[in-house]
Amino acid sequence: MNKLLSIENVSLSYHTMQGEIEALKKIDFDVFSGEFIAIIGPSGCGKTSILSIIAGLLKPSGGKVLLNGEEILSPTEMIGYMLQKDQLFPWRTVEANAMLPLEIHGAKKDLEKRKNVQQLLKKYGLWEFRRSYPSELSGGMRQRVALIRTLACSPEILLLDEPFSALDYQTRLAVCDDVYAIIKNEKKTAVLVTHDISEAIALADRIIVLTKRPSKILNLHEIDTDKALTPLQRRESKGFSSWFERLWRELNYEK
Amino acid sequence: MKNNHEFSREHLLFLKSQRRSTVFVNTMRMTILIAFLLIWELLARYSVIDSFLMSSPTRVASTIKNLIVADNLWIHVGTTLFETVAGFLIATALGTAVAVALWWSESLRKICEPYLIVLNSLPKIALGPIIIVWFGSGIKSIIFMAIIITVIVTVITMQNAFLSTDKGKIMLLKSMGATKLQILSKLVIPSSLKSFISCLKINVGMAWIGSIMGEYLTSRQGIGYLIVYGGQVFKLDLVMASTFILCLLAGAMYALVALLEKVLIKEK
Repeated sequence: MNKLLSIENVSLSYHTMQGEIEALKKIDFDVFSGEFIAIIGPSGCGKTSILSIIAGLLKPSGGKVLLNGEEILSPTEMIGYMLQKDQLFPWRTVEANAMLPLEIHGAKKDLEKRKNVQQLLKKYGLWEFRRSYPSELSGGMRQRVALIRTLACSPEILLLDEPFSALDYQTRLAVCDDVYAIIKNEKKTAVLVTHDISEAIALADRIIVLTKRPSKILNLHEIDTDKALTPLQRRESKGFSSWFERLWRELNYEK
Repeated sequence: MKNNHEFSREHLLFLKSQRRSTVFVNTMRMTILIAFLLIWELLARYSVIDSFLMSSPTRVASTIKNLIVADNLWIHVGTTLFETVAGFLIATALGTAVAVALWWSESLRKICEPYLIVLNSLPKIALGPIIIVWFGSGIKSIIFMAIIITVIVTVITMQNAFLSTDKGKIMLLKSMGATKLQILSKLVIPSSLKSFISCLKINVGMAWIGSIMGEYLTSRQGIGYLIVYGGQVFKLDLVMASTFILCLLAGAMYALVALLEKVLIKEK
C-alpha cells in the first residue's frame, strides 16, 4: 500500500481574548491508500480540528499535512468532507444537491462528471428520487445523498466527522453499513472522527486514540477483525468486545 | 384527490368540521364589517352622533363618487401610489445591497453598527424640514421620505437574515473550495428568501407611512394631501373617504406581496 496522506507533527492553538488554548500537540500519523482510519478521543479534544486541518480549512500552528507528497494549504478536490449533519440545501432537489461540488468547481457543464454523479445516484438507489426535495427523504437516504455529494468530484480521501451522530440508533446501524459499503465499493480512503468506540471498531482498519487537551496520540491500534464482514456483523464477531473493553479503559484512564 | 367514499367516517367528520370553521370565520368577518357600517349609518341618520364630525358610510360613498365624477381621484391615487411604490422598490433594493455589503465585510459591519442603531431609533419625520430644503416641496421629497423610513429596517432585517445562515453549510461550501461570492449566491441569498419576503411585507407598511407622512409635510396632490386638506377645511367626509381608499390600496399591495410569496417559496 502506498502512503497517501501524512500528518507531520501538527500542532494547533486557539487564540481568544482570554488567552491561548493548545488543542493539538505534535500529531503525527500516515494514512495509506484504501484504508479506513478512525480517530477517537475524549469530547472536546480537538478531533474535528484534525479533519479541518486535513481539509485545508484550518491552518496548523506547527507542522504540515502532505497529500501525495504535496503540502495542503487550501481545500482541494482530492479531499471530500462529510459533516455531522447532512447539510443538504432544502431548496435544491436531490440531484441538484449532489451536483453542488461541480458547480463550485465551475464544472457544472462537464458532461463526464455529471454522468459520474448520475451513475452514483442510480447505483445507490436515489435515481427515482432525483427530483425530490430533501424534506421528502428519510434520514438514511439524506445521508446517502450527502455521501454522493461528497463523492461527486471523485476525491481520493473522505473525511467523516461523526456523520451518523444526528441519526437515531436503528437508522444509524443501517446507514453505517450503507456508507461503509459505498466507500469500499468506490475504493476510497477514509478518515473518521467519532466519540463512539463501537462505531470505530466496527468500521476501522486502524484506530488512533487521542488524549485530552492538549491532544497527543496516545495509541495507534491495528484492528484485527475480519475485514470481509460488514460493520454490523463485526459488532457480533468475537474480537469485538475485547477491543471495546481495551479502548474504553484507555479513554477512561485518560480522564 | 380521493372521493368521499374512500375516507373513513371519522375523517369525513374531521373534514366537515374544518370546512364549518372556515365558513364561520368568513361569516364573522363579513358580519363585523356590515354591522360596523350599519350602526355607523344609523347613528348618523338618527343624529345620535354628529355626522358633520363623524361622517357616515353614505356620505363617504357619495364623496368618493364626486371625486370620481370630478375626475381627480385618479390623479390623487396615482400620485400616492407612484410615491409609495417608488419608495418601496428603491428602499428594498438599496437596503438589501447595503446588507450584502455588511455581510461581506465584518469590519465594515462593526464600524457601521452605532450609526445604524442611531438611524434606526431616530424618528425620520424629524428630518422633514431638511428634506424639503434639499429636495424642494414636491414628489422627490416625498419619495425620499418613504425611502429613509423603509431602508434602515430593510438593512437591519436582511443583515440579520444573512448572518443567521447555517454555519455548517458555510463550512461545507468552504471545504469544497467555494469563494465568498459563491457562498453568497449559492447559500446565503437562497436561504434568506423567506426573511426577504417578510421584509417585503414590513416594507409595504413602511413605504405607506413614508409617502403619507411626506404628503402631510409637503404636497399639492395625493391621498395624504386630501386627508390634510379635508382636516383643514373641516370636510371630515373627505378625510374618511381618503382613509378608506388608503385601506384598499395598502391591502391590495400587501396581497400582491403575498402572491409573490406563493410563487417564490415552493418548499414547505
